[in-house]
Amino acid sequence: MHPVVTLVARRVALGLILLWAASVLIFVGTTILPGDVAQAILGQSATPVSLANLREELGLNEPALTRYLDWMGGVLRGDLGTALTNGEDIATAMGRRLGNTLLLAGVAAAIAVPLALLLGIVAVRFRNRWPDRAISTVTLAAISVPEFLLGYLVIYVLAVQWRVFPSLAAVYDGMGWAETLNAIALPVIVLVLAVLGHMMRMTRAAILNVMQAPYIETAELKGLRPIAVIARHAFPNAVAPVVNVVTINLAFLVVGVVVVEVVFVYPGMGQYLVDHVSKRDVPVVQASGLVFAAVYIGLNLVADVVSILANPRLRHPR
Amino acid sequence: MRRMPPSALVGLVLTGTYFAAALLAPWIAPYGMAEIVGDSWEPWSATSWLGTDSIGRDLLSRMIWGGQTTILVAAAATALSFTLGSILGFTAAVQGGWVDQALSRGVDLMMAIPSLITALVVLSVMPVTIPVLIVVMGVLDATRVFRLSRAVAADIAAMDYVEAARLRGERQGWIVFREILPNALSPLVAELGLRFIFAVLFISTLSFLGLGVQPPLADWGGIVKENREGIVYGIPAALVPAVAIATLAISVNLVADWVLNRTASLKGGRGA
Amino acid sequence: MPDPVLAIDNLRIEATTHPPGEAPRTAVLVDGVSLTLERGRVLGLIGESGAGKSTIGLAAMAYGRGGVRLTGGSIRLDGQEIRLAAPGALRALRGRRVTYVAQSAAAAFNPAKRLMDQVVETCLTHGLADRATAEARAVDLFGRLGLPDPGTIGRRYPHQVSGGQLQRVMTAMALCPGPDLVVFDEPTTALDVTTQIDVLAAIKGAIRGTGVAALYITHDLAVVAQVADRIMVLRGGRMVEEGETGRIIHAPREDYTRALVSVRSIDHAEKAEAPPVLSVRGVAARYRGVPLDVLADVTLDLPAGQTLAVVGESGSGKSTLARVVTGLLPPTRGRIAFAGRPLSPDLAGRSKDDLREVQMIYQMADVAMNPRQTVATIIGRPLEFYFGLKGEARAARVRELLDQIEMGQGFADRYPAELSGGQKQRVCIARALAADPRLILCDEPTSALDPLVADGILKLLLKLQAEKGVAYLFITHDLATVRAIADRIAVMHRGRIVRYGTKSDVLSPPFDAYTDRLLSSVPAMRQGWLEEVTAGRRPEAGGR
Repeated sequence: MHPVVTLVARRVALGLILLWAASVLIFVGTTILPGDVAQAILGQSATPVSLANLREELGLNEPALTRYLDWMGGVLRGDLGTALTNGEDIATAMGRRLGNTLLLAGVAAAIAVPLALLLGIVAVRFRNRWPDRAISTVTLAAISVPEFLLGYLVIYVLAVQWRVFPSLAAVYDGMGWAETLNAIALPVIVLVLAVLGHMMRMTRAAILNVMQAPYIETAELKGLRPIAVIARHAFPNAVAPVVNVVTINLAFLVVGVVVVEVVFVYPGMGQYLVDHVSKRDVPVVQASGLVFAAVYIGLNLVADVVSILANPRLRHPR
Repeated sequence: MRRMPPSALVGLVLTGTYFAAALLAPWIAPYGMAEIVGDSWEPWSATSWLGTDSIGRDLLSRMIWGGQTTILVAAAATALSFTLGSILGFTAAVQGGWVDQALSRGVDLMMAIPSLITALVVLSVMPVTIPVLIVVMGVLDATRVFRLSRAVAADIAAMDYVEAARLRGERQGWIVFREILPNALSPLVAELGLRFIFAVLFISTLSFLGLGVQPPLADWGGIVKENREGIVYGIPAALVPAVAIATLAISVNLVADWVLNRTASLKGGRGA
Repeated sequence: MPDPVLAIDNLRIEATTHPPGEAPRTAVLVDGVSLTLERGRVLGLIGESGAGKSTIGLAAMAYGRGGVRLTGGSIRLDGQEIRLAAPGALRALRGRRVTYVAQSAAAAFNPAKRLMDQVVETCLTHGLADRATAEARAVDLFGRLGLPDPGTIGRRYPHQVSGGQLQRVMTAMALCPGPDLVVFDEPTTALDVTTQIDVLAAIKGAIRGTGVAALYITHDLAVVAQVADRIMVLRGGRMVEEGETGRIIHAPREDYTRALVSVRSIDHAEKAEAPPVLSVRGVAARYRGVPLDVLADVTLDLPAGQTLAVVGESGSGKSTLARVVTGLLPPTRGRIAFAGRPLSPDLAGRSKDDLREVQMIYQMADVAMNPRQTVATIIGRPLEFYFGLKGEARAARVRELLDQIEMGQGFADRYPAELSGGQKQRVCIARALAADPRLILCDEPTSALDPLVADGILKLLLKLQAEKGVAYLFITHDLATVRAIADRIAVMHRGRIVRYGTKSDVLSPPFDAYTDRLLSSVPAMRQGWLEEVTAGRRPEAGGR
């Protein structure tokens, strides 16, 4: 068996194990920790009888293992349960919202990734000179400000003072492309700024690492033109580390989305999760938490697999 | 200390000012935390230097009290994460074997879920009080401190002078505290700064989402939440915490950078 | 009279570093060096690391690594001044008229591209030949350099080929475009002694065969004596001496050159028998998770107050033997005895006194000392730990030890970073001596040092042995060092001892196959040695 296949298979298996372990962690986190769900829903003035009834109804009296297996069984069949607060089927409610979140994240990624690469190359080309330092300063500022503040700053400047974009990102079915992009422009800008800050440092480091490798010097000493050096020698070796950086930061994007959606009141997964955390709607929290974890683990898995595939030592063993 | 670059000096001064304000809040805040002094969103005036917030409280006082909450909560969480993470990280690096494996796998697992998600999940069932927040943030962040301190300790433990000490017959305690720790201080102190910034941003985000510090206690994230409606009407009250958080984060970053750069200097640094 | 291929006049090279948070510093790497290289001749540049030889080699292509700048003098390639030439002009001659063979072929090749692509790249870029012709030329060179399967080796990737073979491929890459000058930057330094010979012969053959001029850079005078017509000795960026190879070797004028030529002419008479301070019987060892024995059936004795040199190449198991003796790696079989008493195989089972009696000094003195401790603390700790000395008593003993290692009292308050390489190693020796041991394990203590400094350390070790009667288990790969200080020798190969006995016995024929190969691979300080040796040898298949 080709070693690459074994390694990839092993990594995928590890990803699945992590996902399973995450589900256990989420379940444990919501059920075993102190805090009575029934009490939280009915409030302080609930009578013992109503509390007991609710617990029975919610199946809270079953042993934890049974409840876990019930839940996981449902998840694997596509049934994510029912919301406590309004009885909605979680899977259906999530479906639309997940699409919205992916749209937002997708557009942000499509802008942030090429921009980060470009800035990374510029920073390396002008290493230690003013463009590099300017970029470093801006990214330092970007990661020092939390996303929600970036959001309000952007709203203040672009929506209120200059009135370029709307301050609430309201999207609904049947919206045209142009209208949708206009509505989500501000949250996208905020996400791009937040992710760019983190990604920039890493792309710069990855590109610098490749450019300082001895084989680049060999290429220069062969009298190759700078374009040829970059295209033929640097690029093939930079693909893997850069993809790795990008994927890791996309995972970071998953988290940034949550806050941005709340700021802009955007009907996505993040808003969904946060709302129901406040309402202590455990099934929704469990299901949303699991979906976020799955995306995060999945992206990290892709990053690792790309690293494996791009390594020539593994593709062509001795 | 003699040759501190100006950026680090600025960072140190600003950080010091914020911390001092946090500790001296009761004496320097013009008004109480919940005192109403005027109408909603009055502009800045002689009696109220930053104006008032959404329900008429003095914004400057709220910011000072809020700074105390934010900084103290973040500091406590950082202290917890750092102690927990570095002790476990050092143990894993020095002991090796199954202890290392178990701890590392456990940390890998915890880091498989983004911190914000874990925090939200946990806070959906636990009472949202300050001790709970500190513990949740502390434990989650301890994972990153674990990874760093383990890597640093493992690097140093591989050096010949540590092996020389072991061959001499020195006990584990000596090796950790007299051989490894002094050489690990620089990167660890720099990391302390970064963890603190992260804690500040994290607690502010949680408060903003309504799941952090609860009213009537103020913290900077909460102040943003309270004043967010004003933005749409062009009232910048919610941006004031932005300046505070950003400047605090940047100043701590500058100091951490300077500490980290001193690692490169040979004397008193990590040498080889 | 045609121009010399390379004419360097009064070259000055500087480098600027930007330590973070401090003002930039400029250091002079090369100062006032001049040389001439005629067509088809080989000039050897020799010196220790930091002497500036690589910097000069790269300057021959008007190239400076990192922040290095060619600030003064003239560099003329075939009569054309290139020091301040435009980038376009430099690109035209690099890879075409001047080529470079790097020290580490493994790092110099692009891991993502096949070898043949990289070898013919210069020919194609500079428009010297079409693909088919270039490949044919490459295959011809592969054959001449002694590579196996010259027709197909080009299809491999760098990591699929051994170190010695990769170095030859790089030489082929440098010769493919038919240049006027090739710069060889320590091409065999990273290779094992036994592989080195084959590669050296291949390179010499290729140089003679193509009639190209060459700059051969190395720190090993014996190696360069085999290939070069003329030799230039460098130290600290300045020229020490220059002349024909024969003259340099047989009649060096400068002290430094003399030291390089006759270094380790330390004469050490063998000592008579004595009861062993260390006995190793049938020891075998392996690392966790590796099913192969790293050491197998090792048996040797080290007489008290004498030196046993353990010689071998990398992978022979000599370092593992040290770990077993110190107790860091308990053996799977066999016993170790110290001064007649059995020694616990595990570090944990040894008494404090046992630990005190066996001390160790390391190859890299920088990492063998805690950078945050002063010399006094470093030397003083064993005194406190083993003998309970404190305060003035300890300080007095530290002063005594500093005297014994021939360093002044002022060093007591210094930190390791403020010491030179030789001084660091001396402090490590003092630390080992402080415990008053009967056995000191020396793990290649002079391999990383300048030959003159190494000389001083070896003399110090011999002096201390004579004064204190301490025994040394001296691990090394360098036969010259062995000749200088050993009383007994053990030759190791692949975890086993292949030859063991007194120095005179071990170094006299008849030899076993491996020792024969090992001894014959060490270049002798005379011309013509290479031809003698290669006449009677077959290159080892695969090479390492």
